[in-house]
Amino acid sequence: MAQTYHTTVGSRRYRFSGLAELMAKATPPRSGDRLAGVMAESAEERVVAQMVLAELPLTTFLNDALIPYEQDEITRLIIDDHDAKAFAPLKHLTVGDFRNWLLSDYATSEALAAARPGITPEMAAAVSKLMRNQDLMLVAKKCQVTTAFRNTIGLPGRLSTRLQPNHPTDDVTGIAASILDGLLYGSGDAVIGINPATDNVAQSIKLMRLMDDVIQKYEIPTQSCVLTHVTNTLEAIEQGAPVDLVFQSIGGTEATNRSFGFDLSTLAEAEAAAQTLNRGTVGRNVMYFETGQGSSLSADAHHGLDQQTCEARAYAVARKFNPLLVNTVVGFIGPEYLYDGKEITRAGLEDHFCGKLLGVPMGCDVCYTNHANADQNDMDNLLTLLGVAGCNFVMGIPGSDDIMLNYQTTSFHDALYARRVLGLKAAPEFEQWLAKMQIFQDVSTHRLNDQLPAAFANSLRHLPKGSD
Amino acid sequence: MPKQPTQETTAPIVIENPWERLRAFTDARIGLGRAGVSLPTKQLLAFQLAHAQAQDAVHCPLECQALADELTQALGLNTAPLSAHSRAEDRAIYLQRPDYGRRLNEHSRQTLQQAADSGQRFDLAMVIVDGLSALAVQQNSAPFLTALYDALGRDKNEWQLAPLTLVEQGRVAIGDEVGALLNADAVLVMIGERPGLSSPDSLGLYMTWGPEVGLKDDRRNCISNVRPAGLAYEEAARRLLLLLTEARERKLSGVTLKDRSEDSVLEGGSSSTRNFLVAD
Repeated sequence: MAQTYHTTVGSRRYRFSGLAELMAKATPPRSGDRLAGVMAESAEERVVAQMVLAELPLTTFLNDALIPYEQDEITRLIIDDHDAKAFAPLKHLTVGDFRNWLLSDYATSEALAAARPGITPEMAAAVSKLMRNQDLMLVAKKCQVTTAFRNTIGLPGRLSTRLQPNHPTDDVTGIAASILDGLLYGSGDAVIGINPATDNVAQSIKLMRLMDDVIQKYEIPTQSCVLTHVTNTLEAIEQGAPVDLVFQSIGGTEATNRSFGFDLSTLAEAEAAAQTLNRGTVGRNVMYFETGQGSSLSADAHHGLDQQTCEARAYAVARKFNPLLVNTVVGFIGPEYLYDGKEITRAGLEDHFCGKLLGVPMGCDVCYTNHANADQNDMDNLLTLLGVAGCNFVMGIPGSDDIMLNYQTTSFHDALYARRVLGLKAAPEFEQWLAKMQIFQDVSTHRLNDQLPAAFANSLRHLPKGSD
Repeated sequence: MPKQPTQETTAPIVIENPWERLRAFTDARIGLGRAGVSLPTKQLLAFQLAHAQAQDAVHCPLECQALADELTQALGLNTAPLSAHSRAEDRAIYLQRPDYGRRLNEHSRQTLQQAADSGQRFDLAMVIVDGLSALAVQQNSAPFLTALYDALGRDKNEWQLAPLTLVEQGRVAIGDEVGALLNADAVLVMIGERPGLSSPDSLGLYMTWGPEVGLKDDRRNCISNVRPAGLAYEEAARRLLLLLTEARERKLSGVTLKDRSEDSVLEGGSSSTRNFLVAD
């Protein structure tokens, strides 16, 4: 029984038929909501919806499920796992009060961590719609989420990177060349992660071995991941492949995930299987998830919700399986969902905030495609803002150019810029390794070594013929 | 502190990377060197140029008349290609409304209906669509079609071809509507793919058996990256003809037609499959 919400502004009466419509119309503008036909029809209607939303008690979201409990296993996950005790200090608040509380001095890092199990994705999405960009950054910075496998990611004052050595034909030498380039620019503490050109089990195992060999030989305190389908990784584990992290793209509705070819039980099975390998040295977080606004609409599985609310629900899926890394691939989906630099920036900050508030180790693929109205300056801005907000990790790719996926993301150079300008460091174990390997002259001031470190100079002598 | 470069010293401002020679093994932008930790000016501008070319490819309009003339001459057509337009009026709308780009506007529907009013059935309709790179279509469709016409002419089957059609502001699925209106058993869409930084001119080929409005991607077969620096025209034509022939025999297309050599391992393009980073 959907409740209808009314309000009058001046002489004009506004009506919102149901919580989903109210949430959608309160959302800052973006092309995906226009495509879905759920966006506010005027700027005034948007702010009116925000005002009505601000008056709603947070308990509304526990009683009025946006997607029915019976129809969607993610709604069931959200409701069944809700912790009433953790919610107790918040339960008298409206959405507007919740924003005030989050910004207040009462909401310390400890208080925010304690409240996490009582906060649902819909509450996080709702309050984010009332927040300015600076609010999203300030609160996210207070929400610390730390995870570990062979190093520790998400500590205050740290910014990690995924080294992404993709190659259009998965060429071994081409991939190794990009890995070397990244390591020598101090990249790769979040993960060395490859999107395979061909998505099958044999190919994935080949790439897993390649990365495992490198990590072992140079004793790098990091982890590897092949971004193949979860069922492929499960098969690779059965075949004895060296699997550090299990990857999967996830969405915020059961139907989205079904279109991706998995459900929650698949993820539970995968987490358990990777845990049995016992490959972590300082922690046991074994999952790597990717998300992004628009995936549910793209799969025709959004149930009439706005794309940011669907995205926040994906974090309920993520947090259930104790991931090491969650990455919102914010600008990859294209301009029909996020039109330009302004929309991509807003979405990146929203995703990072909602993820962190819910206790997810959030990173961001600060990126764009060539048909989006965005450029390197937009990426510089978002990277800097996320660094300020305490983002756990970003991507690192040679010269910003992914030659396999044909999009632009942050480069090895970009990550060093962010660390320098904001005084951030790599994960502590990795930072020590960078110093030990003499990749940096002075790791504390981010001064790279002008000479090739000895261990790597030796490897370059083993290049295939035709290299000179 | 590092020495400031002066006329007396030759200490470089830009630090080159000793592993720059690895660029022989990959198109990735590795070994770029650095000024401090930042991109050197030369590398910055090279990137900006590639991005500018990719953006221009997305936004430059298809020069329909010039392309139609070129095709008429190159293929020896008796009548000029048909011109059509999607429901997306301009590029800004096109980029935000993929649903509009999948359907013909009313005027184009009528044009195609009139062209097909004899009721004759065709084996294949061929549709050139600007997609996300008019540049790709402008540069590659005539030479590719020349190779394809040549292959079709030498094939054991006879191919009755529907009138060639050019579509502006179109997406892949618009070919289904064109094919259905022209009474074709199969449709081939030649479309400009989303430009990459080093590939602003990539042409994609999509084939559907039994085209009708509303089909999903699982009913199509795709051959990607047709361009001088990618898949050669003759090879693309050869592969397409194999797909077309099989589709015609089995009266289907898409995932069920796919070559299911799924567990093949890519060997890559370089001379070695050894990882030099772990060689002893």
